[in-house]
Amino acid sequence: MAHEHKLAIFRGLVKFKSNTQKIWGVLIFLTIVTAIEVILGILKPEALMGQVLGMKALNWIFIILTIVKAYYITWDFMHMRDELKSLRRMVVWTTIFLILYLIFILLQEGGYVFNVYKDGFIKRDF
Amino acid sequence: MSTTVVNTGTEGKTWGGGNKPLNASYGKMMMWFFIVSDALTFSGFLAAYGFSRFKFIDSWPIADEVFTHFPFLHGVNAPMYYVAFMTFVLIMSSVTMVLAVDAGHHLNKAKVTLYMFLTIIGGLIFVGSQAWEWGTFIKGDYGAVQTKGGNILQFVDTEGHRVALRDFVVADSHNERTQHERKGGLWFVSEGTLPTYTVEEVVHGLESHDNVLVRTQIINEAGEKMVLSRAESLRQIKENGKVVVEGANLHVNEYGSPLFADFFFFITGFHGFHVFSGVVINIIIFFNVILGTYERRKNYEMVEKVGLYWHFVDLVWVFVFTFFYLV
Repeated sequence: MAHEHKLAIFRGLVKFKSNTQKIWGVLIFLTIVTAIEVILGILKPEALMGQVLGMKALNWIFIILTIVKAYYITWDFMHMRDELKSLRRMVVWTTIFLILYLIFILLQEGGYVFNVYKDGFIKRDF
Repeated sequence: MSTTVVNTGTEGKTWGGGNKPLNASYGKMMMWFFIVSDALTFSGFLAAYGFSRFKFIDSWPIADEVFTHFPFLHGVNAPMYYVAFMTFVLIMSSVTMVLAVDAGHHLNKAKVTLYMFLTIIGGLIFVGSQAWEWGTFIKGDYGAVQTKGGNILQFVDTEGHRVALRDFVVADSHNERTQHERKGGLWFVSEGTLPTYTVEEVVHGLESHDNVLVRTQIINEAGEKMVLSRAESLRQIKENGKVVVEGANLHVNEYGSPLFADFFFFITGFHGFHVFSGVVINIIIFFNVILGTYERRKNYEMVEKVGLYWHFVDLVWVFVFTFFYLV
């Protein structure tokens, strides 16, 4: 049974000698990302509170860091990196497309309902 | 019977059967497809959370103020540290899982056993932490008053620090009402635990403490909850106060919108249930490893399949962590 693993991460920037070593490397990376998230969450730097595309810049950073973490969990812990391109695309693209669609629909609708409460005749106040 | 067709003449061709076009075994592929569908279920929940949050974008509870506790550290304001710890535990158990898979590839039974064991321990620590987190959330801390319109009024001092009901409200022992139980009257009627204080007692407490103000759910420009003036505070509580709320359940929630508590229980509960089933499946595989089932099979692919599930649970938590605690 051959179990070749691709041992390079960051597009070949970091190369590991064995799969075990790669696992620990990815763990260190994930820990650093989580630590950054927690530190930013506690400090909430004033500079990142500005609105970018309808959300606080800090929230965008959190979401991007989360996707980065998700990528490394899927690619290196779940060995997606070693699967065939066809399997990878079937799983990843389907999921991402459906999730983006769902998020768009629901957040759009949520924002609309908010505006109805805010500007419309329906009120929810004291 | 000699004319019975025993082969289709397509052997060796791509769709002739017997080959693996995706180079993954049936079991592994089905695990991937299950993960896709489960990921969509979780996204449905998280997107619904986003919907409700966008609906009440100017009054949603601030997670930093809700999850501030750390076990054995009472009265210490420790936002997020415990969840960060939980996240780390889950990532760590993901690492031991992938190490078990790796040891399985080398048919190293002793190492697979050890790493599976560590994974199970990590999962149990996580589920335990989750239970503690729920307990703290349900018990509540400061208490609040819910208005007729369903909004939550919390209490702060003049510097903006939270004030708990127990710090300024005195329960009047003379008009204490006992909780109605089935044995004390109509057997088919029962009610939940009564709050420690009544709204009238809160009004008295507020009147006699000049430094206590009411904080509403509304988030102002600076991203903080709006605090009312002293006169307005008294007026709101007197005119609109309806129920005293301590802690959170599916109906009321002292931290703000009841929807926040509903989604918290539902999403973390569903995730916690996944972790729990993951632990159970891991235990089954762990015993199979010890019994040497996969040793005899010369193949540890089962470990790999539960590994996929376990990493998925970790993956979901990464998103729950972001959307419940950070964003």
